[in-house]
Amino acid sequence: MLNSPGESLKERESFEKIQSYFKKSKEKKTSGFLNKILGNNNLGDIIFERLTLLFAVLVFSLVIFMGWEMYSHSVLSIKQFGLNFLVNSTWDPAITQVFGALPMIFGTIVSSLIGLIIAVPLGLSVAVFLSELAPAWLEKPLSFLTELLAGIPSVIYGLWGIFVLVPWLRDVVEPFLQNEFPNSPFFQGAPYGYGMLAAGLILSIMVLPIISSISRDILKSVPDAQREAAYALGATRWEVTKIVLSNARSGLLGAIMLGFGRAIGETMAVTMVIGNRAGISASLFDPSYTMASVLANEFTEATTDLYLNALIELALVLFIITILINMLAHLLVWSTERKWK
Amino acid sequence: MKMKMFYITMFALLMGAFSINSNAQVKLTGAGSTFDYPIFSKWFDVYNKMTGVQINYASIGSGGGIQQVTVGTVDFGASDAPLTEEQMKTFNEKRGTEIIHIPIIMGGVAITYNLPSVGQGLKLDGAALADIYLGKITKWNDPRIVKLNPGKNLPNKAILVAHRSEGSGTSFIFTSYLSKVSPEWAKKVGNSTSVNWPVGLGAKGTEGVAGLIAQTQGAIGYIELAYAKQNNLPYCLMKNKDGNFVDVNFNTVSDAAAGAAKNMPKDLRAVITNADGKNSYPISGFSWIVVPKDIKDYSHAAALVKFLKWAVTKGQADATSLYYAPLPKQVQKLDLEKINLITSNGKKL
Repeated sequence: MLNSPGESLKERESFEKIQSYFKKSKEKKTSGFLNKILGNNNLGDIIFERLTLLFAVLVFSLVIFMGWEMYSHSVLSIKQFGLNFLVNSTWDPAITQVFGALPMIFGTIVSSLIGLIIAVPLGLSVAVFLSELAPAWLEKPLSFLTELLAGIPSVIYGLWGIFVLVPWLRDVVEPFLQNEFPNSPFFQGAPYGYGMLAAGLILSIMVLPIISSISRDILKSVPDAQREAAYALGATRWEVTKIVLSNARSGLLGAIMLGFGRAIGETMAVTMVIGNRAGISASLFDPSYTMASVLANEFTEATTDLYLNALIELALVLFIITILINMLAHLLVWSTERKWK
Repeated sequence: MKMKMFYITMFALLMGAFSINSNAQVKLTGAGSTFDYPIFSKWFDVYNKMTGVQINYASIGSGGGIQQVTVGTVDFGASDAPLTEEQMKTFNEKRGTEIIHIPIIMGGVAITYNLPSVGQGLKLDGAALADIYLGKITKWNDPRIVKLNPGKNLPNKAILVAHRSEGSGTSFIFTSYLSKVSPEWAKKVGNSTSVNWPVGLGAKGTEGVAGLIAQTQGAIGYIELAYAKQNNLPYCLMKNKDGNFVDVNFNTVSDAAAGAAKNMPKDLRAVITNADGKNSYPISGFSWIVVPKDIKDYSHAAALVKFLKWAVTKGQADATSLYYAPLPKQVQKLDLEKINLITSNGKKL
């Protein structure tokens, strides 16, 4: 459309009107939010930012919501037992209807710790080998294989535990330990294979890939300049590795904590080998119980309200412990990252 | 105007057609016991082919079944344990009607063990079994077990007690038996789908318990009759109330129900462990279908009543092939009387 001088007055007037409208609307937008959008000409960026923010908030509120749901469904038990729930060691759904979570908290933490005691040295050695020592052609397939362990469903670990690990513990390892250390409180009682030791061992295999792969990434993030500098000063290979390890130590701690978090929540494989009895014993041969196992075992047939409430409170305790451990882990990882920046 | 009238008539006709249709294809839903699931799926299949009535069942566990029927999301629940007084009260409050218990099928619990030197047919009585599970009898050559088994080669071996780790109807029947034969068990441990076991290892599921026993010499455990039979596991002859050692099979389990039928409580919430009768197997139990006494929806009520009547009579023929024990005639009669009490909005069906 052309604006020739021969236009009628009417048309000209309407044209000016439109122009002034646009001017006004532009002036309006000079200050405020809309201008920011149109002025910067990146509406897409803003929408994207808001959308991702929304999702981030959604995920966070989901956690809050879950916590609230668990709390509101366990009020009965919280009122009845109070803090005793955490220190009482009776779990009796039949006669007295008294519920105490201490044996399960003990079982959960001890079995996870046993898993870590075994998995940490192994996982760290794997990580050091992969990041510092392994030749390139070996590094890729080896890290792939360790990470593959993480992808095996836990029920498979459980079956392997029942058919391979437990008989081996019963016939070889536990009699050996009892012979070697007859007075140790950790190796008392009849060696049946099922129990705390089996659970700890299964967990160690399950958390190994997490610890080793995260540790490897952290060791790799230590700048090469460090290594080069150390070598230039005449350090041996072992001394260089020590320097790298000490610089990455809080990140490595974070990797271990993530492994701990995984071990604490593991359910199926542990249930299948731990023996499932609520009790606290020093002996690793004795059966034990974890919070996740109790939930998996007893939730479907829990009939009375108090029982159900107690189970949900147990879930809440597990939820809080897991969150605390994960927070600790993130804090530690974050602190290493900040150091390097 | 004429056109409008035409549409309205057509619409009404269509609606009529749909409602007739929905009457013909009533869909019933149920939830509960996992123990009942194999026979239920067989029944629902056969019954669907016979009558066109569809029944969907979710085997979420007895506790879940009771909850679902209490809040009214399903037409019926199935449970291996009868409702407690408290649960029945909650049901009354929520639904404004009573709940009816209908024994639907029977199961027996076999006591299985792993003792190669003994082989089949170890004999036990209730008191000894309870003391094994209380941790008071710890060796297989305990004088009390030897006394019950003259001539058997009982080894000097520790007894490994196995039990179900998850809540289960099988545990309910088993602990009900122990509570009846041992006052100490009744006082200390009690009777429930899961209890605070004094000793032993918990294994997940019947397969878990059977696997634990098969792997470990000197182990003892309780499993469903069906599983013991299918896998040819050795099991104990149990001394019953009349003093006879009884083999566990469909007949002896049904006999237990017949023995208990004589003085059955009115609401049929009978736990028939340690029942009277010469051939009664003492660790037997019912599984129940629980339904509201008054059902609002007439078509659902009618279909459900028809199905229940079929299940407690003709349906029982399928029991043994799936290793359940069928309900004896006396109990079937009591069931039919109960089913006839079901109403829809106060009207008889």
